[in-house]
Amino acid sequence: MTTKSMTSRTTSTDLDAPIRRRAATGTRATRILGGLTMAMMGWLVAFGLGFSPADRDQKEAVRIMYVHVPTVWLAYLAFTVTALCSGLYLFSKKHSLGFDRFAGASAEIGVVFMGLTLVTGMLWGKITWGVYWEWDARLTTTALLFVSYVGYLAVRGLGGNHHQRAKRSAVVGLLAVIEIPLVHWSVRMWRSLHQTATVLDTDGDIDMDGLMLFSLFVGLIAFTLLFVWLLLHRSRSMAMEDILDDHGLDRALDARRAEAAIS
Amino acid sequence: MSRWRIARLVAAKDLQIERRSKVVTNQVLPFAAVTMVMFAFALDASDLLERVAPGLVWLATMFSLLILVQRSFAVEASDGALDALRVAGVDPVAIFWGKSIALAVELVVLQVVLVIVAVLLYGAELRLGGVVLLATTVVLATCGLAAVGTLYGGLTAGFSGRETLLPLLVLPVVAPVLIGATRAMESALGTDGAVVSEGWPWIGLLAVFAVAFCAGGALAFGPLIEEAT
Repeated sequence: MTTKSMTSRTTSTDLDAPIRRRAATGTRATRILGGLTMAMMGWLVAFGLGFSPADRDQKEAVRIMYVHVPTVWLAYLAFTVTALCSGLYLFSKKHSLGFDRFAGASAEIGVVFMGLTLVTGMLWGKITWGVYWEWDARLTTTALLFVSYVGYLAVRGLGGNHHQRAKRSAVVGLLAVIEIPLVHWSVRMWRSLHQTATVLDTDGDIDMDGLMLFSLFVGLIAFTLLFVWLLLHRSRSMAMEDILDDHGLDRALDARRAEAAIS
Repeated sequence: MSRWRIARLVAAKDLQIERRSKVVTNQVLPFAAVTMVMFAFALDASDLLERVAPGLVWLATMFSLLILVQRSFAVEASDGALDALRVAGVDPVAIFWGKSIALAVELVVLQVVLVIVAVLLYGAELRLGGVVLLATTVVLATCGLAAVGTLYGGLTAGFSGRETLLPLLVLPVVAPVLIGATRAMESALGTDGAVVSEGWPWIGLLAVFAVAFCAGGALAFGPLIEEAT
């Protein structure tokens, strides 16, 4: 994710300075993090597809779980980060756009991985339940959540200046905190069929084969690292887009002034 | 002026505009009725229609809600009225309440019409024991819908593309109302042999929804319509 530095210009070089200074989203830290993520992913593939045993009832289909559970974990983590950063933007004194970009980047990642969750879940459902979709509480909540955050991303794209965008999307990001429990509650009252949570059971007993559980935790760690890596890169590239926006505006103003001076 | 008085003035203004322009009575109500007829064409079976009548009533309400919200903010945006209100220092919470109340009144009228249509066309039956439940359902669901509609209407007001964005934002949020109000109305009307007492737990859901979005909306509306600095 490195872009070549801008070619030097003879005029108004001071305007180009902020872009040239921030022309890359990669740093030493993110490269190490990226390498670590790749290593963990490789490990997950080895354990998920190789070392872990097939399930007694679900057979090989159980291996979808090693992707399905980490993606849904990542999506919920991402939406939590979005809500937190929205709150931090809105209630902190400085109204730092950095929080807004973290919120936006996190929501984008969350939407992608929630989409993956739905796809992997449906594939697993077809094999295990015999149908792609069941109108069960958790599935329905997840689908509604997915659509809600697609809406959030659309709100981010509405336009206006950076702080208008930040304020609007922060409010929408926080409204989701009211919305999610209500949606979940209503859908759960409506119907429930999903197999109950296996790992996080209410009495704290973990009832799973050791190697399966280990593979699952490898997946969780790998996807969490992936999330942090994506978040850093995406928020930095968003920062660069913002700079480019401001910069383009300054450019246009300069050009108009120059025109006016000539005529 | 107290907040409540401003809210009443804003609501009265909105309702007067609608009374004079007749857009709600001449366009939105007929639209809702046509939707009900279209449902009947799609689900060509009279006994099925009776069974799904409550759900269709609420679906038609959701679609009409989107139109009403757009209408409610089109009258504000067309000549910068919302900006003028803001510049004049009118309390945004009062604007939110006022516009919500006006929207709620329109929705209640719409609901009455839709229930009558369901009785006439779908063969749904009103029964004496369910009237209180039915009225409570309509009032609570309407409060929630009006608050959500006003909130997201204010959010998208003044942007190009709001007509397309509003449904995407509003429909997932009002899904609990669609579920809760439909079940409660089924109990009230006795659809499929449902008894009245089954409906009351859903009233709890509708009440929590209405309170959450009336409060959340009042808090969020100010920052949404204010120019960011």
